[in-house]
Amino acid sequence: MTADAQPISTTGDQHDDHAAGAHVVEHEERDSHDSHRHGATDKQYIVIAAILAAITAAEVTISYIDIGPIFLPALIIMMAAKFLIVVSYFMHLKFDSRIFSFLFYLGLLLAVFVYIAALATFHFFDG
Amino acid sequence: MADDEGDRSGEGATSPGEKTSGDGAPDLGNEPHEHGGTVTDTLDEIPMGGVPGPGPVADEQRAADDPNRLTSLPEHAEHRDADGGHATTTGLSNNKMAMWLFLGSECLLFGGLISTYMLYRGRLSGEVGPDQIYDIPFTSVSSFVLLMSSLTMVLAVSAVARRDLRTTKVWLSITALLGTTFVGGQVYEFTSFYREGLGFTTSLFSSSFYTLTGFHGAHVTIGIIMLLALVGMLSRERVTGDKSEVVELVGLYWHFVDIVWIVIFTLVYLIPA
Repeated sequence: MTADAQPISTTGDQHDDHAAGAHVVEHEERDSHDSHRHGATDKQYIVIAAILAAITAAEVTISYIDIGPIFLPALIIMMAAKFLIVVSYFMHLKFDSRIFSFLFYLGLLLAVFVYIAALATFHFFDG
Repeated sequence: MADDEGDRSGEGATSPGEKTSGDGAPDLGNEPHEHGGTVTDTLDEIPMGGVPGPGPVADEQRAADDPNRLTSLPEHAEHRDADGGHATTTGLSNNKMAMWLFLGSECLLFGGLISTYMLYRGRLSGEVGPDQIYDIPFTSVSSFVLLMSSLTMVLAVSAVARRDLRTTKVWLSITALLGTTFVGGQVYEFTSFYREGLGFTTSLFSSSFYTLTGFHGAHVTIGIIMLLALVGMLSRERVTGDKSEVVELVGLYWHFVDIVWIVIFTLVYLIPA
């Protein structure tokens, strides 16, 4: 190898190394990015959707049959389950930063508080 | 705005206030500008208000004049944090945080509307009440359609994360189609209720019912417009910045519309008055 060729070769190797390193970093960033964004695979999403559809079918079914005093709690529990599944998996809140969860659930908590306050107002002041 | 941040922080970008000549060396003021003059020549062009300070406008102007400024960078070259967003003080994407904050405020809106309906659902006038007019099988099918639209939306988000734009556009279009089906069902439902004698001002029940479900329908309609606009923008390469984040943000809005309907379907339709 000539002395003239050495720098060219070295420069080329460095360029290749740099390109390869950049590619690896890019690939790792993309993997991290994707796994963060995904949280679940497509098949898992389909299974989750099937579970949601099954819960909906169960809700409709028990609205037609008499199951006694557990009717209302059962409907509320199934509704809450569907809500949490969609928020956690489809909206990726389970895999995302807790700050996002805080922002969303704070709004939800305030909404429930508004409902309780409105109920209380009607209870105490409705003539 | 986000692109500008990425451009400035990207490789090859100059720091604010620093000028470079065409070969990348610092511009000391003697190099001719593109329009032929020097830096001292440009003093004549300075407005009467004085020399612009080192504010953001001046920085943007200098960056725009810089021939070495990168106008677009590949997505992987943008300065990103561990969460995939632009570097921020929180380490999280500001766009995503704004969307979650917006959805949190939307909880308050729908919380108030649902509360109002629950309080007034028994205030009827005449014989037309919820138990007489609700068509549970029809609404169940509508609920199923909206639930499946959430699945197609999350599959679109998954596809765009894989950089598969064609599949992304297909899933987004299917989501818009399912959403349109849901809104069509709601229009049919409203029409049939009206024909049965339940107008908007018939009773407190009807007013609160139409307001609640109408607001939800309006949100679904806005979501459909967002989806179709996104498909068009993706097709024309008009989406700047991180495409996956844009699709994810639209997805968050769409899923929120779905979870609101999950609550409405149970509390309004399934629980008897």
